[in-house]
Amino acid sequence: MNTEATALSDSPDRGRKLHRRHGPPVKRLMAPAVIFLLVWMIVPLAMTIYYAFQNYNLMMPTMRGFAGWENFSILLNDPTFWSALVNTLVLVGACLIVTVGLGLVLALLFNRTFIGRGIARTLAISPFFVMPVVTGLIFKNMLFHPVYGIFSWAMRTLGLEPIDWLAHYPMLSIIMMISWEWTPFALLILLTGLQSLPEDQIEAVRLDGANRWQEFRHIVIPHLGQVLYVVVMLESIFFLTSFAEIYATTSGGPGTATTNLPYYIYLSAFFQYDIGLSSAAAIGAVVLANIFAFFLIRFVAGNLNAGGQR
Amino acid sequence: MEPKRSIGLAVVGWLVALIMFFPILWMILTAFKTEQTAFSMTPQFIFSPTLDSFRTALDQGAGYWHYALNSAITSVISTLIGLALAIPAAYAMAFFPSKRTDFTLVWMVSTKFIPAVGVLIPIFLVYKSLGLLDTDAGLIMLFAAMNLPIMVWMVYSYFKDIPRDIVEAADIDGAGTLQTMVQVILPLALPGLASTGLLALIFAWNEAFWSLTMVDHNAATLAPFIASFKSAEGLFWAKMSAASVLTVTPIIVLGWFAQRQMVRGLTFGAVK
Repeated sequence: MNTEATALSDSPDRGRKLHRRHGPPVKRLMAPAVIFLLVWMIVPLAMTIYYAFQNYNLMMPTMRGFAGWENFSILLNDPTFWSALVNTLVLVGACLIVTVGLGLVLALLFNRTFIGRGIARTLAISPFFVMPVVTGLIFKNMLFHPVYGIFSWAMRTLGLEPIDWLAHYPMLSIIMMISWEWTPFALLILLTGLQSLPEDQIEAVRLDGANRWQEFRHIVIPHLGQVLYVVVMLESIFFLTSFAEIYATTSGGPGTATTNLPYYIYLSAFFQYDIGLSSAAAIGAVVLANIFAFFLIRFVAGNLNAGGQR
Repeated sequence: MEPKRSIGLAVVGWLVALIMFFPILWMILTAFKTEQTAFSMTPQFIFSPTLDSFRTALDQGAGYWHYALNSAITSVISTLIGLALAIPAAYAMAFFPSKRTDFTLVWMVSTKFIPAVGVLIPIFLVYKSLGLLDTDAGLIMLFAAMNLPIMVWMVYSYFKDIPRDIVEAADIDGAGTLQTMVQVILPLALPGLASTGLLALIFAWNEAFWSLTMVDHNAATLAPFIASFKSAEGLFWAKMSAASVLTVTPIIVLGWFAQRQMVRGLTFGAVK
């Protein structure tokens, strides 16, 4: 889009002029989506906050009533909650580092021309489309299995002691599975970003005698800045709510080694039937997600204000 | 230009691709094995293929088709509902921006930051009292709500690429809002709308959290079907692989076709 057209289309004046003349039903167009999100996300969220202050256990139906901060104090004194919080942060942090780092390296690789690049790229991004429950079961049984898994076979072939991945390195195993699924996503988006890099900029710095690293550091990375932000934002949303991979493999164990916040809340709601406590924990998960959102949504807002100046 | 380097590059590129694809390849190979060949300490790469595991996988539980049908119904209808809600909203915001547009868009993305567990309990209890537990309708609404923020954003960024003049021209010609949207704008944004729909379909098909908590038998989708293999031990790898192949293949193929168009909308316009 050329800048002139963009500038025109972003002038709010123009919108109001149209609005006045014909009165396009902006509100009626917006209402269905807004109401739907209110009913399915915001109202339940408000109810979660209400439940968090209630004594409410499905196993003890007679003991209902206002609980004050009791659920929260139980929660804050529960070491499992804290370990779930730490596990969530470790999982999100490690998966972000691995997927973005590896995704960037692979994007640079697939940005070069080689024989069969299109097919190779298509194979490499396939894991992103695999159902997470399938990922969990295939890795748990056929790759991680201490005796019959491919990984143990590879270790034995190399003359090493096979590793019982899920028992001894449970969190690492979960991180490996999630990274396997999401590295292709980072790769795909970063590759598109690389391909939109203007050729003349690269040529200009090369003429100035910049080496590969300087070219990467001063041209490629700044150019990818926005795209990297998008990758981190979308991945954070999904990593914060990781559930299926854990459900299908470790069930949060051994012990609580891989219990993250979603799994902790799932357990307290569906196995302890404690609505109050699990609602309080859910508030914790929402607060954590909002801390991430606070930093990440700024990008989105900033991108809006920039108003397509590109 | 530099043939030697290019060959080295091709080797590295293909090696990476095969490593990434290996778990999927291994699952496909295992699906065509007998349980005895599948469960072997030395991986069998050469074997005589059999369809037996597919036959038993199709009969597993309530039968593969029960789950596949639920998956198809819930992901397709939730995607259509999502599009029906996202298109008008994105249209209004892209072509008739007001002071509140930025706020509304950011608010919509921020609802995506509410984790599913944050609304799990109220939704479970309300569903229970309304009889929506274990129904396709219940899952459809959840999938639509889950995908809506991203869908609005994607459609919005595609609409933003269409010059406003076109809407104004239609306006001057006396076309109504609905007419302009359906007859002028939607055809122009069709590739973008298709990739938005495909991504929503993929997310809904692969969804596990709601499908494992809100569903028992009637509305069970493929995610709980596959998860039912979790407790079994021992000689079931071929059957599990066959069921998995039946579950992931349609979506992987869809993803292969949609990969390019999907990305641009997902970057929210950061890549042109």
